[in-house]
Amino acid sequence: MNAVPPTLNAAQVSRRAVVRGLGITGGLILSAPLVGCGQKTSDGLKGQTAETSAGDAKLDPSVYLQIDEEGTVHVFIHRVEMGQGSRTGLPMIIADELDADWDRVNFIQGNGDPKYGDQNTDGSTSIRKFYEPFRIAGATARAMLEEAAAQEWGVARSEVKLADHKVTNLVSGEAKDMGAFVAAAAKLPVPAPEILSFKTADERKYVGVGRKIIDMDGIITGTANFGQDVMLDGMLFAVAARPPVVGGTVKSYDKDAAMAVSGVVDVVELPANAEKPYLFKPLGGVAVLATNTWAAMKGRDALNIAFENGNSAAYDTTAFEQQLWDSVSAGGRVALKRGAGADGLEQSAKVFEADYFVPHLVHAPMEPPAATAAFAEDGTLDIYTHGQDPQTVQQTVAPYVGLEPKPDQIRVHSQLLGGAFGRKSKPDFAAEAAILAKVAGKPVKMVWTREDDVRHSYYHTIAAQRVRVGVDDMGMVNAWHHRAAYPSIGETFDAAATGPSDFELSLGLTDMPWQCEHLQVEACDAPSHVRIGWLRSVANIQQFFAVGSMVDEIAKAQNEDTYEYWMQLIGDDRVINPADDIAEGGVYPNYGESADRFPIETARLKAVLSQVKDMSQYGRTMPKGKGMGIAVHRSFVSYVACAVEVSVTDSGMPKVDKAWIAIDCGLAVNPDRVKAQMEGAVIFGISIAMHGKVTAEDGRIVESNYDRYPVARIDETPVTEVHIMDVDAPPGGVGEPGVPPVVAAIAQAVSQATGQRVRRLPIADMI
Amino acid sequence: MTDITINGAEVSLSGDDDMPLLWYLRDIKGMTGTKYGCGAGLCGACTVHVNGSAVRSCQTRIADMQDGDAVKTIEALADGDTLHALQQAWSDHDVPQCGYCQAGQLMQAASLLADNPNPSDEEIENAMWGNICRCGTYQRIKAAIRAVSNA
Repeated sequence: MNAVPPTLNAAQVSRRAVVRGLGITGGLILSAPLVGCGQKTSDGLKGQTAETSAGDAKLDPSVYLQIDEEGTVHVFIHRVEMGQGSRTGLPMIIADELDADWDRVNFIQGNGDPKYGDQNTDGSTSIRKFYEPFRIAGATARAMLEEAAAQEWGVARSEVKLADHKVTNLVSGEAKDMGAFVAAAAKLPVPAPEILSFKTADERKYVGVGRKIIDMDGIITGTANFGQDVMLDGMLFAVAARPPVVGGTVKSYDKDAAMAVSGVVDVVELPANAEKPYLFKPLGGVAVLATNTWAAMKGRDALNIAFENGNSAAYDTTAFEQQLWDSVSAGGRVALKRGAGADGLEQSAKVFEADYFVPHLVHAPMEPPAATAAFAEDGTLDIYTHGQDPQTVQQTVAPYVGLEPKPDQIRVHSQLLGGAFGRKSKPDFAAEAAILAKVAGKPVKMVWTREDDVRHSYYHTIAAQRVRVGVDDMGMVNAWHHRAAYPSIGETFDAAATGPSDFELSLGLTDMPWQCEHLQVEACDAPSHVRIGWLRSVANIQQFFAVGSMVDEIAKAQNEDTYEYWMQLIGDDRVINPADDIAEGGVYPNYGESADRFPIETARLKAVLSQVKDMSQYGRTMPKGKGMGIAVHRSFVSYVACAVEVSVTDSGMPKVDKAWIAIDCGLAVNPDRVKAQMEGAVIFGISIAMHGKVTAEDGRIVESNYDRYPVARIDETPVTEVHIMDVDAPPGGVGEPGVPPVVAAIAQAVSQATGQRVRRLPIADMI
Repeated sequence: MTDITINGAEVSLSGDDDMPLLWYLRDIKGMTGTKYGCGAGLCGACTVHVNGSAVRSCQTRIADMQDGDAVKTIEALADGDTLHALQQAWSDHDVPQCGYCQAGQLMQAASLLADNPNPSDEEIENAMWGNICRCGTYQRIKAAIRAVSNA
């Protein structure tokens, strides 16, 4: 996850500044592509430009909102859609505060532009970081429209009310469409957020109630445009042969053989990326450009390409695991210490120890990466892609094509993302497309195949952890000592940043909510030999797998009920701030949020856990061959508890039959999408727990498609029940926090069902 | 030259006999509703109907097509402005998340219900097993299919 720059406060951006920022002159008002209207058809996102006639007044008190004189509410959605629902949730916030008719909201994808603030759709941040600016935008416009109406009618502001898209004179009963007051409102000063009034929970129509996703019709009729779907006149299609070992370089290839394939137009060598840090730069290799994707693939097959393998040619994940255990045994940097830390174990009546291992994982979204690049006659670039951050696309592409990463030089047209899970926040594929379009002098679509996606990813790390936990005479934990060794995401950006960073450790380790006296978290060094990146839930995956499994191990070893043990470990109702125990010079980032707005509250952890116990009736006696698991975790500033019931099938492979989730994400803006994300987290968690494993031999990734990298299919779907807690708190993350407790609960349940303790993933390997 | 229909329109197939129908549809005809997911018949994102049966268009070459074959894609699943019952159920159950696999899911489900209007849960799982949804919408896919089959 990137650092999050301060968000733009809607009211800090004057209307004039917005207009200047857009470079608007004369009649062209909207420079962003127009996406479908209301809930009607979405013609996709390609790059249509909406024009409105000159002279029309606009009310735009925020970069995210513009209202025209016809009363159409244009919402600029600066975050991209990958299934998490933000493209619907963000406009709901504005429309609700404005009291607009949802059918008169026009959705405009806000493309790469610094005026929007952080656009990196990542880290479960879209709603939690932009709820305030979006509701301020809506409330500001409502206040200005009401003020304009009050002035026209000669009544007090308190005597007018904007509701259901109309402003009503409460004295005379006269009512006019909000568009009638846009011209007058646009001349008023923008009120400061402090004097705005906001809707109360029971006044809301959309937020907390729900809207259907705005792309529904496009999706079910096949007209929605995803990154792979972009078609431009005269375009070429490209496929590349990349070095199988990261850091490798091209040795030789047969250009003539590829050119001889019907439909192949050109063969172009891509710039090598031989040295760390690999960043988001393309990997190098050779691209084949053709009149269609199939011809490009056949051309690639004909290349007969050979590579120099570079520094990672010896990488073997089996051997590397031993290196990780050696690092764990040696110990590492103390990142957090409370009480006597590891020495506290000497005061324990009994010490439990367990080693946990999680292999590399890959995102494998249904849609492999793609980008289409086209240069304009003036040398500026249009790029149509599904990057998770259009601003990162600009920055990644710019140095390769001699442009500045500015919206007037590189226009990024965000398309829908056919899943991403973190992969598409690293837009190496977009730089490839731009390089090739420049060489070809024509638009080029770079298509990654599934095999390319699996073999050339930014992998979830490979992790070894040793947990030592001491209990007192009463069987309660008095000391927890946790060592973790894994290559860091940081090394993708800084070759010296080896081993777990404080950011990574904060995802499930340094934030452990235990009320025990002694606590120590150690980061054990580990170098990377592939590109490491974030994958949905990031380090929470391996870290909470270990933590959530260990809680169950200690409880079961002492014949305690695991639910009760969780409750006792978490302890009294209180607020925790891990920063208090972080080693000097270290940090506890709290998912980029302040401890004031998003504290760690143990009462909320216990509330979701208790809810899920009630839903699942955890603690029931299970017949032979069945098991239950239960776990609770706060991540991305939301609290999620999960219970599962598992049975061993005839093949010996366990299957999750039922799953129960309770989530406290504060305000749930679009509740059905929160529910959907939890249902999806169960499936994603099953894929990780049961199947997920990427391996390397001789520096090459062994897996390549869904046969060797299986993911959960429909027959593995449990009956899933989700409960959203009714909590008065700001909205937290939703896309990621479901996954970690699912994985831990499954590991517990499988341990009970099989009688074999799960300490390594994937479970399929142990059957 | 093979003469087929695609969504009712007559088409004379030409070009590389080895080209999968998937790429013919997407790149030659510009019909991008049919999705590329794996190219190996493993994920079902590219599912279309040939003469009413669900096939993986990534595994169906132009050379495999016969004169008179009728291809139907997601773009023609609805009858004009009238959604197919499954499309309506997909919307009613809010099935899609990212939506990328859903064209294939819908075409597979439509083929299932055409052959077997009232499938059991096991028959639904068997028919839909080849269609991956990485977002994990399976529970709602099942519910939407059941809603139509019970209707």
